[in-house]
Amino acid sequence: MNQLLKKFPEEINRILARYPIDRKQAAVMPLLHLAQGEEGFVSRTALQEIAEITGISTTEVASVVGFYTLFHDAPEGKIRLQVCTDVACDLRGATEYLTELCEKLGIKPGETSTDGLITIEEVKCLAACDKAPLFQAQIGDEVDYHENQTPARTIDWLRSMSAALIGTPLKTISLEETKPEEGGSHE
Amino acid sequence: MSELILLRHREVAGLNQLKTYIADGGFETWKKVVTSRKPEEVLNDVKASGLRGRGGAGFPTGVKWSFLPNNIWPHYVVANSDESEPGTFKDRELLEFNPYLFIEGLMLTSFAVQANDAYIYFRGEFSQIAKKFDERLAELTAKGLLGDALFGTNYSLRIHTHLGAGAYICGEETALLESIEGRLGQPRLRPPFPAVAGLFDKPTVINNVETLANIPYIMEKGVDAFRKNGTEKSPGTKIFSLSGRVKKPGNYELPLGTTFRELIFKHGEGIINDAKVKAIMPAGASSTLIPATDAALDTPMDYESTTAIGSPLGSASVMVLDETVNISRVINNTVHFFSHESCGKCTPCREGNFWMSHISDRIESGKGKKDDIELLNSVATQMQNKCFCALGEFSTMAVVSGLQHFRADFEARLES
Ligand SMILES: Cc1cc2nc3c(=O)[nH]c(=O)nc-3n(C[C@H](O)[C@H](O)[C@H](O)COP(=O)(O)O)c2cc1C
Ligand code: FES
Repeated sequence: MNQLLKKFPEEINRILARYPIDRKQAAVMPLLHLAQGEEGFVSRTALQEIAEITGISTTEVASVVGFYTLFHDAPEGKIRLQVCTDVACDLRGATEYLTELCEKLGIKPGETSTDGLITIEEVKCLAACDKAPLFQAQIGDEVDYHENQTPARTIDWLRSMSAALIGTPLKTISLEETKPEEGGSHE
Repeated sequence: MSELILLRHREVAGLNQLKTYIADGGFETWKKVVTSRKPEEVLNDVKASGLRGRGGAGFPTGVKWSFLPNNIWPHYVVANSDESEPGTFKDRELLEFNPYLFIEGLMLTSFAVQANDAYIYFRGEFSQIAKKFDERLAELTAKGLLGDALFGTNYSLRIHTHLGAGAYICGEETALLESIEGRLGQPRLRPPFPAVAGLFDKPTVINNVETLANIPYIMEKGVDAFRKNGTEKSPGTKIFSLSGRVKKPGNYELPLGTTFRELIFKHGEGIINDAKVKAIMPAGASSTLIPATDAALDTPMDYESTTAIGSPLGSASVMVLDETVNISRVINNTVHFFSHESCGKCTPCREGNFWMSHISDRIESGKGKKDDIELLNSVATQMQNKCFCALGEFSTMAVVSGLQHFRADFEARLES
């Protein structure tokens, strides 16, 4: 039984209707986004189901997942915190921002916090270079921009997200050094 | 400051709401064109306007449309909303704050080449924008501005969104088509060109968001009004994305032909801490590094003049470097970018960028030897003219020009 098809019959029909009838493969990426939105990553089962819907092999679907950086084949942090350290952002302090943030959280780029809340990643230009330092947060399949950041501002946001997503306080290395921003609301 | 055409939302609040856009005269041109103009008239107007592609190559837009054969159907139009060149953030502003101008441009373009289906390819990071677009397109369909038998004519148009998932190379038009078709974003061999065999092997026009956003003005106000801004060969206004070590980074819509000096010192309000400007990268990470001499600063930013001082204008993402910046670090960043974004299809680009990042890392970490500088230069020059697509060529530009003009910056990093 194809769970994806069973769960989203209308959505999948809408997706397929965007492309010529004999070009079902074109639906691969939208379907991957749909599956990822459900589980936060693309599972083995989802790969097979998408292959079935689009009429291509599971290997082909897996190679698409492997090629694009926003598709993930394993569950990691609930929040993928992706900091741009590309040229224009680096010129405005993004690398220093990332280093400080990592120190406070006690994880390095590519690592996930022990409570499973955050995975930090270094990414390429996000088309917001005038608002550096910035990160995007990928939660499930949703991507949100957070511009003009300081480590303190980011930690504040993470505090509220930690409460909302896993119901426990945010783990930081040096809480006392992380003063909330002026006017920032937190307990 | 000249009239704001593309960034009009900065003058008219709420232009990203359909009712405001319509109240401002939006979609009147669309209705008029579909009900009273011939497709070839639209094509001829755009040709006569001299509008050139804003996505990087500066190719004349009307000429590109005219390449579509009239004996192969259907035709498709694809809007390139992949915006991924480091330093470029103009399309995103349009998509968020003046989306209907772009949509109307996409509609007019589709009508000109008689496409009944058009696609907007968004980079994966724009998922929120894409979602909003699905709502906007549904609303336009409900209002009868999109859909079947428009305004009682026999012309129909549907617009679909397609969301990428993080890959710079998908901005390259043929890789973008591969990505819509559900494959890896790797460029296609040309010919055939997309105008003849593009999306789903059918004749296809691919244009950048900003290019398309210029069309409604041309069709509403006319060719002469459009040509009032800019230069003879580079007419119109352009959005310049200004970033790096300036006081006021941001998007500035200015006539093509405005000087670097005006952009950086008047609009950008000069350099942080009033430091000395050192170099300019006019086309993002794909750019040549241009030493910021007086002559360079006084160069007009149009397609010809910028090329004449060593770098294409590209999509006009002007990154400014000042005297506090070491060029070796900038190069280290660009080679890592290209190494990460190389699609892996051709060997010179894949291997060349791998080696350039290794050598550059060695230099940056203070473990480089004198020979490494020559080695870096040699890898870059050997890649030139051997890559399958422009990405590989782009990756060598900053390296070769950086070593040519700022060698001392690299030498300062060497093992003492
Ligand atoms: C590596 C590479 C990346 C590109 N990225 C983009 C991009 O992000 N957006 C864009 O509009 N064009 C990009 N282009 C240019 C497109 O291939 C194409 O020329 C453009 O979309 C055509 O539209 P225009 O004529 O309206 O400029 C890129 C080209 C290359 C070689
Ligand atoms: S370089 Fe970071 S958003 Fe563009």
